[in-house]
Amino acid sequence: MSPEEIKKDFPLLQNRKEVYLDSGATTQKPIQVIEAVDEYYRKYNANPHRGAYSLSIEATQAYEDTRIKIAKFINARYSEEIIFSKNATESLNLVAYSYGMDNLEAGDEVVISIMEHHANLVPWQHVSKTKGATLKYMYMNDEYELTDEEIESKITDKTKVVGITHISNVLGTINNVKKIINYAHKKGAIVILDASQSIPHTKIDVQDLDADFLAFSGHKLLAPFGIGVLYGKREILNKMNPFLMGGDMIEYVYEQNTTFAPLPNKFEAGTQNVGGVIGLGAAIDYIEKIGYDTIQKIENEVTSYAIEKMSKLDFLDIYITPNKKNHSAVISFNIKGVHPHDVASILDANGVCVRSGNHCAQPLLRFMGIDSTCRASFYFYNTKEDADKLVEALKKAYEMFKKYM
Amino acid sequence: MDELNDLYTDLIMEHSMNSCNKRELECCDYCKMGHNPNCGDEIKLELKMDGDIIDDLAFSGHGCAISQASTSIMIDTLRGKNIHEARKIIETFIGMIKREITDEAELKKLEDAIAFRNVSHMPARVKCALLAWHTIEDMLNERMEGNSDGK
Ligand SMILES: Cc1ncc(COP(=O)(O)O)c(C=O)c1O
Ligand SMILES: [Zn+2]
Repeated sequence: MSPEEIKKDFPLLQNRKEVYLDSGATTQKPIQVIEAVDEYYRKYNANPHRGAYSLSIEATQAYEDTRIKIAKFINARYSEEIIFSKNATESLNLVAYSYGMDNLEAGDEVVISIMEHHANLVPWQHVSKTKGATLKYMYMNDEYELTDEEIESKITDKTKVVGITHISNVLGTINNVKKIINYAHKKGAIVILDASQSIPHTKIDVQDLDADFLAFSGHKLLAPFGIGVLYGKREILNKMNPFLMGGDMIEYVYEQNTTFAPLPNKFEAGTQNVGGVIGLGAAIDYIEKIGYDTIQKIENEVTSYAIEKMSKLDFLDIYITPNKKNHSAVISFNIKGVHPHDVASILDANGVCVRSGNHCAQPLLRFMGIDSTCRASFYFYNTKEDADKLVEALKKAYEMFKKYM
Repeated sequence: MDELNDLYTDLIMEHSMNSCNKRELECCDYCKMGHNPNCGDEIKLELKMDGDIIDDLAFSGHGCAISQASTSIMIDTLRGKNIHEARKIIETFIGMIKREITDEAELKKLEDAIAFRNVSHMPARVKCALLAWHTIEDMLNERMEGNSDGK
């Protein structure tokens, strides 16, 4: 399969003439997902879990079937280990509050990496401050990677929680999460893996990784906005207090006391986003139909091509590891002496969508000694022609500024 | 591409890349930071008054070309104006960017700052263009409020 063929499945990419290079922020949606959501609302929408009538039962069934599908997709042992949320941010907050607040004590350490998205950073900062725990960072080396030495020097016997992004949304660095999880477990810590940027590109096997928790957003994985997933090991989830409380997550409610529903409902308070879940199910079907092998083959080809072309532009600073096998489909860069926001505006005027800013990773950019970058992120619907257009637009942007430098 | 060339004009580019207003005043009466978290624009505005007249203005900081040029051009426009003229110009500039003021005669009073007119078509850049103007607006308001203490 070629990206040109795949592109045909994505109505937006047909309807718009822009080159879309911001899939790290959110992916475009294939027709299969759009139609699945459309069909849900046309044919079997009802409030799940709440009606004795067959329409509601059908909606509930579809919702629960998707839970099983996701469990299989990431190789979870039990389907009740899959909790639906609204996005990765909510999943990560659930862990920080329901696990962190109850299990951390003064003197404990929480270890995260300097590459974390604010979603896996700010909640831990808050919980650590509240509980008197120490928040420590694993820093990267000059090649934008976390070394084994760094991992082993930061995770200690005092560490209770390790939060790590599988792939950096700014650098595209693929972290050695197996090593981190393994080492953290040896030290008695649990690990939360932020798979937001990895699951769109690479097969996730939670049992093989042995992650205690794993979070991702549907919208970065071809699915609609407003649906996210938290995976957690059953024995840990069972011991945790609920995060949000209200309808559907209870057993018996008395005036002064409540007993909570078993997993997974304990963590799914209120009416859930069934349409989003259906869309996520269709997205997973689509990914499996194409296959991660094909996805990676296309992405690697187009990303390598883009890097090769961009490396020839000596007016660019590019922030990626030189070790190709540790790099995903994200390229952060700057035109020397030009602010990324201006670059993004000029690329936009030339029909190329890239993101500019701090990418919700201010501590990382501060560590790098810069304020912001432009970021082009590729997916398997991007072609070499897209990369060429990016390079052409970059040249134009540079020409515009060069004469004033 | 056209609207872009209308925005990144020689005037704006030159002000953004090497502005003579990017300096420190020897002594200033008021100093204020302006910040646009969206793209990380950060400016420090310094203001020196001579009675009711804006005697001098200068800025430091960093950010995108639009924010930097807008600050520099604003300084050129407001220097030497009295506080009432200045407030009128600030109001007109903000009105122009928000597309609330379109009257040509009115806009003429903005002098060079009229160059930012096309920003009104680029929602992503509106905050960049307005940063300095909102900052000086706050400074002048604070001055009015604090006038009783003699400053
Ligand atoms: C690595 C990483 N973690 C977490 C998030 C947060 O995702 P969301 O905003 O969908 O909750 C993102 C999205 O930008 C991300 O890239
Ligand atoms: Zn700006």
